[in-house]
Amino acid sequence: MAEANPGAARNLDLARHVVQLARRAGAEQCDVFLSAFTESSVTVRLGEVEKLIEAGSRSLGLRVISGGRTAISSTSDLSEASLEALAKDTVELARISEADEFAGLPEPDLISRATAQGLQLYDERIETMTTEEKIRSARACEAAALAFDPRITNSDGGMFVTRSGEVALANSLGFAGSYPGTSAYIAVEVMADDEGGKKRNAAWYSVERALHRLADPAEVGRIAARRALDQVGARKVGTKQVPVVLEPRMTMRLMGDLAGCVSGSALYRGATFLAGKAGQAIGSPLVTIVDDPSLPGRPGSRPWDGEGVTSSPRPLVTAGRFEGFLFDVYTARRTGNRTTGSASRGVGSGPAPGTSNLVFEVGTADPAAIVADVADGLYLTEMIGFGFNPTTGDFSRGAAGFWIENGRLAFPVTEVNISGTMEGMLGGIDAAGADLTWLGGSAAPTIRIREMTVSGL
Amino acid sequence: MPNPSTEAQALFAGRYNIDPAVMSGILSVALSRGGDFAELFFEHRTNGTITWEDQRVKSASRHVAQGVGIRVVKGDAIGYAYTESLDLAAMRRAAETASRISGDPERPRPIDATPSGSVGAYYEAGDPLTARPPAEKVALLERADLAARAYHPSITRVDASVSDELKIILVARSDGKVIGDIQPLIRVNVSALSERDGSRRLARTGGGGRLGMEYFEAVTPEETARDAARQALLQHDAVEAPAGTLPVVLAAGDSGILLHEAIGHGLEADFNRKGTSNYSGRIGELVASPLVTVVDDGTIPNSRGSINIDDEGNETGRTVLIENGILRGYLQDQMSAGHFGVRPTGSGRRETFKDYIMPRMTNTLMLAGQESPEDIIRGVDRGIYCISFSGGQVNISNGDFVFSVTEAYMIENGRLTAPIRDVNLIGNGPDVLSKVSRVGSDYRLSDGRWTCGKDGQSVPVGVGLPTVLISGITVGGTSVG
Repeated sequence: MAEANPGAARNLDLARHVVQLARRAGAEQCDVFLSAFTESSVTVRLGEVEKLIEAGSRSLGLRVISGGRTAISSTSDLSEASLEALAKDTVELARISEADEFAGLPEPDLISRATAQGLQLYDERIETMTTEEKIRSARACEAAALAFDPRITNSDGGMFVTRSGEVALANSLGFAGSYPGTSAYIAVEVMADDEGGKKRNAAWYSVERALHRLADPAEVGRIAARRALDQVGARKVGTKQVPVVLEPRMTMRLMGDLAGCVSGSALYRGATFLAGKAGQAIGSPLVTIVDDPSLPGRPGSRPWDGEGVTSSPRPLVTAGRFEGFLFDVYTARRTGNRTTGSASRGVGSGPAPGTSNLVFEVGTADPAAIVADVADGLYLTEMIGFGFNPTTGDFSRGAAGFWIENGRLAFPVTEVNISGTMEGMLGGIDAAGADLTWLGGSAAPTIRIREMTVSGL
Repeated sequence: MPNPSTEAQALFAGRYNIDPAVMSGILSVALSRGGDFAELFFEHRTNGTITWEDQRVKSASRHVAQGVGIRVVKGDAIGYAYTESLDLAAMRRAAETASRISGDPERPRPIDATPSGSVGAYYEAGDPLTARPPAEKVALLERADLAARAYHPSITRVDASVSDELKIILVARSDGKVIGDIQPLIRVNVSALSERDGSRRLARTGGGGRLGMEYFEAVTPEETARDAARQALLQHDAVEAPAGTLPVVLAAGDSGILLHEAIGHGLEADFNRKGTSNYSGRIGELVASPLVTVVDDGTIPNSRGSINIDDEGNETGRTVLIENGILRGYLQDQMSAGHFGVRPTGSGRRETFKDYIMPRMTNTLMLAGQESPEDIIRGVDRGIYCISFSGGQVNISNGDFVFSVTEAYMIENGRLTAPIRDVNLIGNGPDVLSKVSRVGSDYRLSDGRWTCGKDGQSVPVGVGLPTVLISGITVGGTSVG
């Protein structure tokens, strides 16, 4: 959209202003989270431009806490009349709630003084990039995939998306901060023909805050093509219990499932199998996982969290021992802990504990050797479905990859299911590779789980 | 009865001065560089949620969003822009941005936007929940809480919420059509935690639809809550699920998620236009057992997936996808319908004005068969019986799909025995549908709790199924042998 990216001072002033409006309307405590961004998206399919999207958005969310009663509202109508009404209505809305002794803003001594300096969250190159440049990159990505092998016969398109904006947070305790952020995303999905009219598809992508960190478009295309070809001739296998090797991206998926279980919100609801296990062993000594918002240039990095509390690295699992949960202010007070500065926040929602960048500590094994040690097992490259129960840790997901025979990837596998429990899986990790791989806000190596149930024929 | 289309037009005209002349002017700008087709999608959405925890209201929220999405089509290419500001200058800028998909020299094109007739009335927004006093909604949550706790002393925690949304849309197109709708949507969620002998089990239930307070007369908060409590309690006694290929009986209702994943997505015409679906080019072929007839029906009164018009302003309808096993048609939006030379099926949907149109499902159903559900179960020696599900996913290109089962039982010698733990089912669309070997007479629509995600856009949908036997599908449990 033609509207310029709203300036830093303007956003922060507006957030502060709404805090004042809410105070005037009778709010005891309040905070305002504002997000302003422009986005631009280009899709190219079979070489032709298929979709161009350009737009800008600016909206804010207001949280009011009065006498322990909480209300949350949001609007994209930023006219003075609308904001005044929003402040008044939100104060009114809070009366519906009942007093909750744990509700409130952070203790004043927890309020952050950190800035985004050094975090490399913003790249001005992304703002100056032209539509033509984005089209060229998306085209190069798709073209490399299509040219990779004659068996690649179709494409769902190559895509290049940029986003540039700012978040601002102000509260009635005097915190006021804002920082700009950018992101660039390139992706492609292609298909290879298989027997019986079946198609084997695969997608690959790269997402970074700065353009220079983004993977080479042609390399993204080649990876997608290779992964599609890898699945040609895939078949089901019989049902058995075998070792499962997870490529780095699958290790990231496993960490993502675990992330839902380490939330303070799941803890006080009794909705995590980790309740009561802080300090105990939940995995093999090869498992060390850190949530790290302080890493320069990473998508999940931030100076402070959604409540204005400084964000810092939190070990989640150290050599198999569960270190503890991630908290925002409410869930920390509720469970007798201190906030870990882990509040995630959106315009339309209140704070809730969430992860930033998840890093699974690199191991020492050669990834090829991890496979070479397996006589009969599954090499996992894809999972589908939502089959994970955080309360019990039961895990059951659709899977695809390769069958390993005598230490070699023998043939591609699809339409099977893998199952186990999260604790069984973490405890059964008997190898971790030296191949730490970053993708978006996660990093992980190849790992091997000693035994899981593979269901098939 | 006032018509929702007229009411939506009056709202945008009254509040934002968006009348036919303004719409014509913006459409003119959108087509000024030679696009084939342009459309404006105005949206005003209000929604709110009341959240209940620890036997009290934890928080209340209310959100308002408005804006316009502007699409320009040139051949197979789309230019899209949106703005939250509904003032003329901002809308003209967005139209100008979208127009650039076409590279012709600038030349104004006159458009005559003309309000067209009324729309269907598969739901009404006469008395939306959005307008009801909060105390009425709080009372529902309290009733749910009491009922879940009263169900069994092991229920130690009840979380509940009630959400309402009122979405007013207005579509103006370069072919002159102007049409709108008012879409109410409510949703109640209850989760119950059962603690016994140091183990915790959690279950979630919910429902809703496009209606108001009358929903709770048909489905009381007590029923919803007791069902959550019952399912949580049941899980304590659940045994390990079997692993391997087994006969599976799907209970009527919620199991319709099978159709949504196994075939619904694969029949969305965008995938077929691009040849990326495993159902591409197969119209007229046998793709399922002859017992299978599947329709997508956006006209079911008050159902979560129903729409009076789609988000391109086309009439919604009842589309036969599979008839006695034979593939009959795809779900078409305007663009894919043009490609295939057929009429749009009213399947063009988007999550908000910020999102582009895609062909999507509404309520996807399998029609009833002849058999008694009891007979179907009795005919299975060893298999599983599935009732509730938490979600599903499909790979459109190869047809592999999964769905996650949260309430299921072993079938042994024709009888339901032990409940089993959460388990995933995995299959391949055409393969599983060819294995539908018995179909019950007990068709049922699931309660309104399903949301479909595609390309990051969520839309409310409905599913429905009679009791069905699938002679073999892979059950992803842990118990081997």
